[in-house]
Amino acid sequence: MQKLIAWIDARIPLIEVWDEHLAKYYAPKNFNFWYYFGSLAILVLVIQILTGIFLTMHYKPDSKLAFASVEYIMRDVPWGWLIRYMHATGASLFFVVIYLHMFRALLYGSHRPPRELLWLIGMVIYVALMAEAFTGYLLPWGNMSFWGAQVIVSLFDAVPWVGPPVAEWIRGDFVISDATLNRFFSFHVIAVPLALVGLVYLHIVALHKVGSNNPDGIEIKRHKDKNGVPLDGIPFHPYYSVKDMVAVALFMMVFAAIMFFAPEMGGWFLEHDNFVPANPLQTPPEIKPLWYFTPYYSILRANTVNFFYIPAKLWGVFFMGLSLAMFFFLPWLDRSPVKSIRYRGWMYKTALTIFAISFVILGYLGTRPPAGIYKALAQICTILYFAFFFLMPWYTKYDKTKPEPDRVT
Amino acid sequence: MASAAALPPGVKPPPLEIDLGDQESLQRGARTFINYCLSCHSAAYMRYNRMGKDLGIDEELVKDNLLFAADKVGDLMKAVMPPEDAKVWFGTAPPDLTLVARFRGPEWLYLYMTGFHREGGRWDNIVFPDVAMPHVLYEWQGEQRAVFKTMEDGSKRFDRFELVRPGSMKKEEYDAAMRDLVNFFVYLGEPAKLVRYRIGVYVLIFLGVFLIFTYLLKREYWKQLH
Repeated sequence: MQKLIAWIDARIPLIEVWDEHLAKYYAPKNFNFWYYFGSLAILVLVIQILTGIFLTMHYKPDSKLAFASVEYIMRDVPWGWLIRYMHATGASLFFVVIYLHMFRALLYGSHRPPRELLWLIGMVIYVALMAEAFTGYLLPWGNMSFWGAQVIVSLFDAVPWVGPPVAEWIRGDFVISDATLNRFFSFHVIAVPLALVGLVYLHIVALHKVGSNNPDGIEIKRHKDKNGVPLDGIPFHPYYSVKDMVAVALFMMVFAAIMFFAPEMGGWFLEHDNFVPANPLQTPPEIKPLWYFTPYYSILRANTVNFFYIPAKLWGVFFMGLSLAMFFFLPWLDRSPVKSIRYRGWMYKTALTIFAISFVILGYLGTRPPAGIYKALAQICTILYFAFFFLMPWYTKYDKTKPEPDRVT
Repeated sequence: MASAAALPPGVKPPPLEIDLGDQESLQRGARTFINYCLSCHSAAYMRYNRMGKDLGIDEELVKDNLLFAADKVGDLMKAVMPPEDAKVWFGTAPPDLTLVARFRGPEWLYLYMTGFHREGGRWDNIVFPDVAMPHVLYEWQGEQRAVFKTMEDGSKRFDRFELVRPGSMKKEEYDAAMRDLVNFFVYLGEPAKLVRYRIGVYVLIFLGVFLIFTYLLKREYWKQLH
């Protein structure tokens, strides 16, 4: 065995990579609950790729066959129902994990220098994941698949001049059709996953270059022993590899509970209106995306007035794009001298709480018809959402912070 | 198409017990489905022999008693009536019913199957106004009319059904038959439902044990720190 490893190590840097990224990658010793979601995101990515491979063996990307092929998987393919539910549950839980992972960054300032690029790569992963989810949602070719895609792609139509041809180019047709299904399939099974895997690799490389942040938001690399090992660091393997295993076991239990006992999650993970085949002549009573897109969907619908000679729909598209784009600017909007919420003052704590609540409310409202009190509430939450970002340079600067400790607590 | 949640005013969700462990109920529902629904409606994602196997009906029995619309037990359950003809006769092709319980929900289906009433010489349905489908089971249920209460604001609210002409079944018998049929529809919408709860329990027990071991392993390693 030793000989074999030596033989391999002479040819590829096996031990070097193992040491650099696992056995001698020193992570802060004070990680808490919020630090599980990075590893869990990788786990879900692997689950999605593996189940996706098996689904692709039986699925037919053809508008005449797609819906039936999914039911074929659910009935005639041995354990097909399990693979399909795993993939569907995994899709939603991917976003649960990613949202918690992102919120962790906002809590402890993981997007702050020197981790700006790490954050930006993460944001690109998030956008790629949205593309992956959006293209995947069309594939079952249910009625909500069809109308959801129709609504979202037609958003491009709102953009003057270039919009309509771009929308047509994306669809490959004037409406969502067989051509669209086929190209979305291609995006979903190869183009986007390939990009995702590459981006995740970059994300980890960037992380291991700068080192992990921690709940205190201070750099453990400032205090090293004479061998250059951070005093507050512990090797990722075995300490965090075994600790993450506990989280994996717990996460799998949640996953299994949903998959076996409530795979539809009351219509939140699999929508009732998607159990009828796509029908271009029959619009579902309420077209809504799955829950992980609904905050943006709410923002899209929030503005209902034309101003500056620009129609309301175009403003909606602009605000939706901006709501996503704001995340990219976070590292430069935040001017606080401290990173972690533990040492920030009441202003940031309040702002972050309001932001999180607005995001959840927007998410709920995105599933309801935009009328009456719902519409007003969505407009208020949209303003609060943007206020979090636009006012950040001020409230982080004037916020009364506590002194950071020298070593992690 | 109305979604599962929307019921007309005055129509209450029924007390409906769905029990996929009740194999006899599923078999009775299957018989009703194949004898009455399958002439016009398909369940084109489902195979006869799969259904037989799941419901404990012997393959020979399926062959001899249930194959009106197909030649082979491995065939998909397709309607006798060609969809093009149906479109001419009813104005719309009867929808495929394989997934109807997942789309409409069992409560809605039960209300639909018990909610046909006759107004001015034509059939209507309390949860699906102006439905194109006639009351296929009126010989069982008989003919009923809907009684509405007029509210203060002038709107009409459903109150109750009145039996105008009795059918071959008593109300309880008909309701039970429809419960069996809806039970079968729930199975038909998701055959995996028969097994997934049981498998889920075993998986959770396994993961629970796995969790204990991972926790012990973590504790053992972390002891070395400090």
